Amino acid sequence: MYNTDVMNDNKNIIDSDDLISQTPSKLDNAKTVGNIHVEDPRIIAKNINVYYDNKIAINNVSIDIGKNEVLAMIGPSGCGKSTFLRCFNRMNDTIESCIVEGELYLDNENILDKKTDVVPLRAKVGMVFQKPNPFPKSVYDNVAYGPKIHGMAKNKIELDEIVIKSLEKAGLYEEVKDRLDTPGTSLSGGQQQRLCIARTIAVNPEVILMDEPCSALDPIATARIEELIYELKENFTIIIVTHSMQQAARVSQRTAYFHLGSLIEVGSTDKIFTTPQHKLTESYITGRFG
Amino acid sequence: MNNLKARLAKERRFRLYGILSIALALTLLSILFISIFSQGYTAFQETKIQLDINFEQSVLDPKKTKDWDVVKKANFNILIKNSINELFPDVSGRSQKRKLKKLISTSGEYQLRNYIKNNIEAIGTTKKMWLLADDDVDMLIKGHINRSLPENERRIDNDELKWIEVLETKKIIKKFFNKTFFTSGDSAESEQSGILGALLGSLFALSITLIISFPIGIATAIYLEEFAPKNNKFIDFIEVNINNLAAVPSIIFGLLGLAIFLNFFELPRSAPLVGGMVLSLMTLPTIIISSRVSMKAVPPSIKEGALGVGASEIQAVFHHVVPVAIPGMLTGTIIGMARALGESAPLLVIGMVAFIVDIPQSVTDPATALPIQIYLWADTPERGFVERTSAAIIVLLIFLILMNSLAVYLRQRFEKDIN
Amino acid sequence: MSITSILLIIGLFSISGYYAGLKKSLVLRENKKFHSAPIYHGALLAINSSLSSIFFIISWLIIEKNFYTDLESFRNILYIISIIIFLTVSLLTFKKIKHDFQARDNLEKIIQYFLLVCSLLAILVTIGIFLSVIFESNKFFGVISITEFLFGTHWSPQMPIREDQAGSSGAFGAVPLFAGTFLIAFISMCIAGPIGLMSAIYLSEYASKKTRSIVKPLTEILAGIPTVVYGFFAVVVVAPFIRNTGSNFGIEIASESALAAGLVMGIMIIPFVSSISDDVINSVPQNLKNGSLGVGATKSETIKKVIIPAALPGIIGGLLLAVSRAIGETMIVVMAAGMSANLTANPFEAVTTVTVQIVVLLVGDQEFDSPKTLAAFALGLVLFIITLILNYIALHVVRKYREQYE
Repeated sequence: MYNTDVMNDNKNIIDSDDLISQTPSKLDNAKTVGNIHVEDPRIIAKNINVYYDNKIAINNVSIDIGKNEVLAMIGPSGCGKSTFLRCFNRMNDTIESCIVEGELYLDNENILDKKTDVVPLRAKVGMVFQKPNPFPKSVYDNVAYGPKIHGMAKNKIELDEIVIKSLEKAGLYEEVKDRLDTPGTSLSGGQQQRLCIARTIAVNPEVILMDEPCSALDPIATARIEELIYELKENFTIIIVTHSMQQAARVSQRTAYFHLGSLIEVGSTDKIFTTPQHKLTESYITGRFG
Repeated sequence: MNNLKARLAKERRFRLYGILSIALALTLLSILFISIFSQGYTAFQETKIQLDINFEQSVLDPKKTKDWDVVKKANFNILIKNSINELFPDVSGRSQKRKLKKLISTSGEYQLRNYIKNNIEAIGTTKKMWLLADDDVDMLIKGHINRSLPENERRIDNDELKWIEVLETKKIIKKFFNKTFFTSGDSAESEQSGILGALLGSLFALSITLIISFPIGIATAIYLEEFAPKNNKFIDFIEVNINNLAAVPSIIFGLLGLAIFLNFFELPRSAPLVGGMVLSLMTLPTIIISSRVSMKAVPPSIKEGALGVGASEIQAVFHHVVPVAIPGMLTGTIIGMARALGESAPLLVIGMVAFIVDIPQSVTDPATALPIQIYLWADTPERGFVERTSAAIIVLLIFLILMNSLAVYLRQRFEKDIN
Repeated sequence: MSITSILLIIGLFSISGYYAGLKKSLVLRENKKFHSAPIYHGALLAINSSLSSIFFIISWLIIEKNFYTDLESFRNILYIISIIIFLTVSLLTFKKIKHDFQARDNLEKIIQYFLLVCSLLAILVTIGIFLSVIFESNKFFGVISITEFLFGTHWSPQMPIREDQAGSSGAFGAVPLFAGTFLIAFISMCIAGPIGLMSAIYLSEYASKKTRSIVKPLTEILAGIPTVVYGFFAVVVVAPFIRNTGSNFGIEIASESALAAGLVMGIMIIPFVSSISDDVINSVPQNLKNGSLGVGATKSETIKKVIIPAALPGIIGGLLLAVSRAIGETMIVVMAAGMSANLTANPFEAVTTVTVQIVVLLVGDQEFDSPKTLAAFALGLVLFIITLILNYIALHVVRKYREQYE
């Protein structure tokens, strides 16, 4: 049921002919219910449009994201939430047919600008993927890879320090401290995902994107990751795409509901789940579709 | 329902055809192996005759100079003649004596010369030495010549047979491991010919092939798989080209080598350098195609993970995709190299087919290759060469089996890494 | 001094350049965050300067060889200039090393171009083949007309000039070669087609996993045996066997008969046919088979009525590739088929093929421009075109077939 592979995501949208009639026209923000702005925003997305092969996948989405907040993005499969997430670190660049329009400011720099170098951007905006994807290297090398390519450590001692600290922050250090040189792929699913989080933290990002980080994990491992997200929010801005409404309710302060490429409603998590304003949000929350 | 019986009979017959075809294919395979092995295994032995050689001072160094430059001009053949005549004192007459001397290979002279070169002090002494027998004697001892045939139907006449039987009863004719076969180049005399020259020619050519085709093939695969724009007509054209090149007959590559490398660039004829270059063009498509397959098998999530922590496209590919794909790429390369090792047609065209006695010392020396040596020997009717042809084939097959086993091992490792 | 030593010097300079760049960026990095890691600065410096001076040397040599041969006496100047270029470029790059210098991006661009150039080689090879065969064939067709070559029935390139002959050399009518080639290819396909196909069917539909895992590698061994070995096998085992069998039945069979060559070539092609057919049969969807089995068809009926028709395009594609293989095969026919042209459809007689004649014409010392050698290129051209067409159709058919079930 977790059909959130990006390409599939958008095929679903393309297939629905009534998309155009349902989606708001450009620059018409009135359709998003709730307050998209926050005080002292960290990230400002303005009028983001994403196209695949000239078919629209994200339609005119604007939203602010505040400092040290956890924003959950929810919605039925194919609503474009993963696609939208991948705009924040320009991961959509890797898909040839994908075009992103609009403005996305991180620290007053428009990261969608062609001139922006994606390499430092991706160091600043880390990403955790749906399926744990540790490199087929040792646990240590997995975490050390980012700091190494960015030249963050001057010597081995500093590198060791970064690796250990990141593993500690990801709550994995105690479990793997005796086997830092075993392959990362030999860990359990939940440990692998925490290793990926450690790998992301190691390059000292400001924002962490999480694309359904628990969809491939069992409930116990999921709980452990959710706990971790809660702790991480102290230091990072986190945007998480999730399929599970309970998870959104547990980890986030704000929730954004997407439907067929549009941002339908945004608001504090309590409010969205208790008193949704939009009919679509309500139907989704009450389980009428999903 | 009574046609059910017929239908089931048909079913059984169909199944039988399947089994028969497999059995036929495997039978042919075993006939091939058995015939080559049964003809070739005797070539790993050579027949030698032990003679008491008296290194006479008067023949080798009458002025007692002990100077190699003087001694090397001496006639060592006389020593062999004297020795074998002593063994058969009752043989008389020039032609009989000459026939007697012919039991020993013409290389005997060189063997003695080499011995004295290293032991100049041995002049004046007598020593028992095992000398290589003539190829006809060798064939007789190995049982390839039937002793009970009438005299005019075998290559060893009655006199010779009598002498050999004397040697046998004296136990001074014996089979040894065939060192000559592995340590010398081609020769007009089968007992003196070996595969070292051809083997080195193949080695030189394959080194050139590897040096050229491995980096270029892998670079091409990496470009096409990771960096080339998708849905681009030009890139499609490159791909169609590569697929077609993989199926172009090998002799066409030889024509290319002849016209461009030899005539246009004026590179040396018959050289492993050109052979290797031609083979590398032939091997490239194999390496490219298999490298691409193994890169495709690397889960894209690994690359995404690297991009996600801020690796550039090149870093992600070279740090993560390529290392995982390398065993798979090596598999393809080894299979390509194995094919190049067995290939002969393009080498014929660029002149790597000649009677070359000298062992090649570099990639520009004229040389043959192992399969070409097989081709050349196969053309020679003498029984001694037939045996050596089969033996050379056995050596070639052993190399191929080793290379392919390595490829299989690497592929299994690759598959384990991927999962 | 020689080119080799100057290249060696450039190599050594590059290594020191690498360390110079590395050092500078390491020192500068103490104070400010750097865009690219230090090794990229070093590597870029080394590659930039060595590439530019090597580029200069190559262009000089090309000009020297093709336009101004006098330049050879100024080789020393070449060496000096190339070193100067190296040092200048190094210095310029060295100066550029700053915290925001995008060394990595520059270096990666160079790598990407290198990769692109490598992939262009595949095209270059095709063009090279085309040019070399067409260019030489063209010279040949200047002496012998195309129609005579393609439709003439008399082939004897070794013959001395005859008075009634328009050309300057023997007769170059290639029809007997084409006929011989197709005769042998036909015989080989008669062997390889049914045996290869039936073993593929048995292995993919009937055989147990264990049998399959043993038999498949064994048949693949057949594919890995060098063709020269098959040639030897044909000469030493198959041809005498066929001749003896024939004489037992009172049929006279040439010792270099088309039958022997074709038979052995067929054995060589069996694994080729069977592995392609195996792939193709395996990609027929299981539910198609289940549908047929579900209505009570026997396995063989399912295979004949459902699987084979569904897999037919793929199988035909595979067979076409096999034919192209048989036509282009050289060693077996060079060793086991005849040398002289003989226009016949009788498999017991000796025939010669296109590839045999290419080898015969080119082996031995030849002047390059004699019609004899050129004829080999004309034959090569025909061979190349025929196999290219066959391959193209086959690959196209197979690809279309695969897409259908993907």
